[in-house]
Amino acid sequence: MTESDLRTHATEIHEQFSDQLEIDVDDVVERLDTLVNDYQVPISEARRSVVNTYLDEAGMDRDQLGGGDGGGNEQVNVADVDAPEEWVDVRATVVELWDPRADAVAQVGLLGDETGTIKFTKWSKSDLPSLEEGKSYALRNVVTDEYQGRFSVKLNRTTTIEELDEAIEVGDDSVEAEGALVDIQSGSGLIKRCPEDDCTRVLQNGRCNEHGEVEGEFDLRIKGVLDDGEEVTEVIFDEDATEELTGITLEEAKEMAMDALDTTVVADEMRQKILGRYYRVQGPTFGRYLLADEQERLTGAVDADEILIKARSI
Amino acid sequence: MASTPTREVARRVFAREFNDASYTFKESDDDRAPVYVLLPTGQRANRVFLVGTLTETEDVGEDSEYWQGRVVDPNGDTFFMYAGQYQPDAASMLRELEPPAYVAVVGKPRTYETDEGEVNVSIRPESISEVDEATRDRWVVETAERTLDRVKRYKEADLEDPATDEYITMADEEYEQLSIENYRQSVVGALESLQDEQAEASAD
Repeated sequence: MTESDLRTHATEIHEQFSDQLEIDVDDVVERLDTLVNDYQVPISEARRSVVNTYLDEAGMDRDQLGGGDGGGNEQVNVADVDAPEEWVDVRATVVELWDPRADAVAQVGLLGDETGTIKFTKWSKSDLPSLEEGKSYALRNVVTDEYQGRFSVKLNRTTTIEELDEAIEVGDDSVEAEGALVDIQSGSGLIKRCPEDDCTRVLQNGRCNEHGEVEGEFDLRIKGVLDDGEEVTEVIFDEDATEELTGITLEEAKEMAMDALDTTVVADEMRQKILGRYYRVQGPTFGRYLLADEQERLTGAVDADEILIKARSI
Repeated sequence: MASTPTREVARRVFAREFNDASYTFKESDDDRAPVYVLLPTGQRANRVFLVGTLTETEDVGEDSEYWQGRVVDPNGDTFFMYAGQYQPDAASMLRELEPPAYVAVVGKPRTYETDEGEVNVSIRPESISEVDEATRDRWVVETAERTLDRVKRYKEADLEDPATDEYITMADEEYEQLSIENYRQSVVGALESLQDEQAEASAD
């Protein structure tokens, strides 16, 4: 770790003690340097160790620490939680609150940040303020836990909760794929869905697998295949994404189908517009499909120089 | 393993290498098992994706329509494709398109042996669409990159080592008379021609 990184950490530690203890930043840097560079200790552990040393010197409790990023915990993204029983800080939005099933639990639900979501539990006996759905918080001193390979965080008596002015955006474990659109599968274009409550099944010849013959509702969808020459990714574009991709709206698609007395003309027209072009799409995965949240056609100039240099050199 | 058969990747290959890929094989005895051509750079291909200039279309069928299309890559080498009644979409594209035009083609490699005992390699298109020059340029760079990766892997492979990729070993055995250097040259040639075009375009 470089001198300047160490100095950043040292300054943060210095700030935490600034009210209670006269300490020298250079001294902190030196202690961190020994731990990190001589003993190869991870920076989070090194900070913890250095902070403890100063706490001992001053005869202070960890709770008395002020400022900085909390008591020397590492601030982590929720997707990076990969071990139980670690003390960490998170900045996250309360995505959902669930009904606690036991009296010992005050609140339980889902926290999310840019990297994804994680379950949290807050114990009744910890006597902490209530978290509200949709609000973002800095949660310091939470403990990670694991159950059957899934991680969670537990709020406890020492946890501090600070509501944030900024809203932490919640990512959805989305993935990105790039490549040529090499196929549009059947079931694409203008389709009909079952209108029954909570049933959105696509009709086959006017029939829903669950509800039989129904008056379907029109929708637009593309089930496409992106291929970069190494991997294939099956992508589903919903109505909005399909419209953005093809420039064809649901209304236009219905008119096209009505004029031709045939719904398949819509998918044919879409093929002409998008097949064989390059796209980058992003979104969460569902089964084997990537559900496109964002898509972009790749039209920019491509740079041949780098590969040409490589090709000439081997 | 996977319960549903996974879709075959569409390989990127310039026409020179594709037309040299005369050796075909199956991975199992099943009649319906996919047929692969072996690319001389040591990779199997059951599907290809290419973008190039459609220079000529011709109905070569006798009893029914059977369309031949010629698509040229930046080195001036030609991909041949044939579409008949079982590829109605591709056949109607070949019927309707006016060469020259940039086209993107997804298709399956096919080989046939001529009376002279030569093996010709062609494409049975699944889809043909008309695209713009930017798409063509992107394909050229992408195909250069993929081809170069294969050439590099081939050159670095130790053929004595049993752990070496089986398709590299297979290519070494099946294509003794071919030189891998040709495919490096088609990478260089394709990229140089792309740069020349871009230089001309910016000079205009």
